[in-house]
Amino acid sequence: MKVLVPVKRVVDANVKVRVNADNTGVDTANLKMAINPFCEIAVEEAVRLKEAGVASEVVVVTVGPKVAQEQLRTAMALGADRGVHIETDEELVPLSIAKLLNAVQSKEEAQLIILGKQSIDGDNNQTGQMLAALGKMPQATFASEVKVEEGQLAITREIDGGLQSITLPLPAVVTADLRLNEPRYAKLPNIMKAKRKPLETFSIDDLGVNLKSHQKVLKVTPPAERKGGVMLASVAELVEKLKNEAKVI
Amino acid sequence: MAILVIAEHDNASLKLDTAKVVACAQAIGGDVDVLVAGHECSAVVEATTKLSGVRSVLVADAAVYANAFADNTSELIVGIASDYEHILAAATSHGKDMLPRVSALLDVAQLSEVVEVVSPDTFVRPIYAGSALATVQSLDDKKVMTVRSSAFDAVANDGAAVTVSIEKISDSLSQFVSQSLTESERPELGAASVVVSGGRGLGSSDNFAILEQLADKLGGALGASRAAVDAGFVPNDLQVGQTGKIVAPDLYIAVGISGAIQHLAGMKDSKVIVAINKDPEAPIFQIADYGLEADLFEAVPQLLELV
Ligand SMILES: Cc1cc2nc3c(=O)[nH]c(=O)nc-3n(C[C@H](O)[C@H](O)[C@H](O)COP(=O)(O)OP(=O)(O)OC[C@H]3O[C@@H](n4cnc5c(N)ncnc54)[C@H](O)[C@@H]3O)c2cc1C
Repeated sequence: MKVLVPVKRVVDANVKVRVNADNTGVDTANLKMAINPFCEIAVEEAVRLKEAGVASEVVVVTVGPKVAQEQLRTAMALGADRGVHIETDEELVPLSIAKLLNAVQSKEEAQLIILGKQSIDGDNNQTGQMLAALGKMPQATFASEVKVEEGQLAITREIDGGLQSITLPLPAVVTADLRLNEPRYAKLPNIMKAKRKPLETFSIDDLGVNLKSHQKVLKVTPPAERKGGVMLASVAELVEKLKNEAKVI
Repeated sequence: MAILVIAEHDNASLKLDTAKVVACAQAIGGDVDVLVAGHECSAVVEATTKLSGVRSVLVADAAVYANAFADNTSELIVGIASDYEHILAAATSHGKDMLPRVSALLDVAQLSEVVEVVSPDTFVRPIYAGSALATVQSLDDKKVMTVRSSAFDAVANDGAAVTVSIEKISDSLSQFVSQSLTESERPELGAASVVVSGGRGLGSSDNFAILEQLADKLGGALGASRAAVDAGFVPNDLQVGQTGKIVAPDLYIAVGISGAIQHLAGMKDSKVIVAINKDPEAPIFQIADYGLEADLFEAVPQLLELV
């Protein structure tokens, strides 16, 4: 069974981003970049399926600028077998990314596609679901457990009220939630080995996908600053403030 | 043109989120219809007809919609989409699961977690865990969006909408196996006016009992940081933050929570924030209205006595 894992290059989760001076976006120059944490969890899950003998090959794919190949190499250091890079410097909406991934899937014909439920830059939480719709596949979003049993998927999902277990036929799309697994650290020999793993690059034109323009970002602004309040000396003072000043209890 | 809102419910009751999404629809302007797709959900339909300003309630009541699976529900919505210029759902686990499929089938982009309506085609949404707000204009002929309920005030219940049955039965490819939902007498996180949240500082599942008592005394809901959920102190549905629930209650009490940006993303729009933490440098104090540098195991029991 082949597993396809789409991944994204994002600003590292520990970095605090700031809106740029002309309010057109956030300043990402010189910031530490990383593989999106949810994508990393997806890669880990695919690699575990391979280690368990369920998956035969793990292919990672990214849509992004040339430097995004770093994240493909990271994923290969974690155990993915080969990489596919769709090179573009354009900022694409999730629908366009899903169309490109769907074109890759038509060639790869993976049985399982696992990707992160959202990327921590755009916070869109759309790509997996859109890819599933375009490929007419069933989907299991926000997965905290993935099992392949008798040719079908058994998934536990994190939903608003708790947990839900479902089964679905293959091929299918699964989006990874935080508690699906804890990704391993890449070991140095694996990082070296990853440099020699196959990596193919395509342009958007190569894939024959026509993309439309869907949205215009008019401006990006910082949120209203919340002013820090006061430090109180005692619980009694806190209760007094909540009752008489804030009037919330 | 009209606006379609997808109702959020569990077949038994309508969730407050729907009344908030209807408020967002009214801010856009136009006739508002609400779709209730579910099974044996007449109480939900009844409640939906009372939402203020709703024109009609479209009802797809069939066994195939009992679990609100994304694949067949999105086909149902696409089937009626030609009558609408806007399609809105709450940014709940249902909405997030299903709506992107609707967008993709309609070949339009989706806007996620809209917090403000600027004009019928321009909306504000947070990016980077709320570190920035993007004002985005949609160039698509249909606008499909999930709405962050906490950013809108629910409409009243003085409406009298008509109901219209719609027939389209398609099966989901997914099969339901089981569900374990957290049973609680407390108000739901998203609907509570008081939220008491605990973090890693609580140290154990048992220790959460003091926060439960506090939540009960204040008539509030219980919340948690990711660290507390990951450690198994509380179930996943209590997680507040970038990748959990987004809340904006009148009062948010953060206990033993450091205040990581991903946590703040889920609660920093609360009206009044209280932080109890023994570390004076904890970032949570930078956004708290009232900070108390204290050991929570001393402060919370005192608080319990005084409120
Ligand atoms: C992709 C991604 C998504 C994430 N999504 C979320 C999310 O949705 N929600 C979320 O919450 N986090 C999220 N996180 C995790 C986040 O970065 C933090 O790790 C997490 O919020 C920390 O939880 P905490 O504050 O409970 O723990 P800690 O940061 O460990 O803080 C514990 C606090 O308790 C205090 N404390 C300890 N003992 C006591 C005591 N006896 N009395 C008083 N105070 C005490 C300590 O001083 C400390 O400040 C995410 C992270 C990533 C990378």
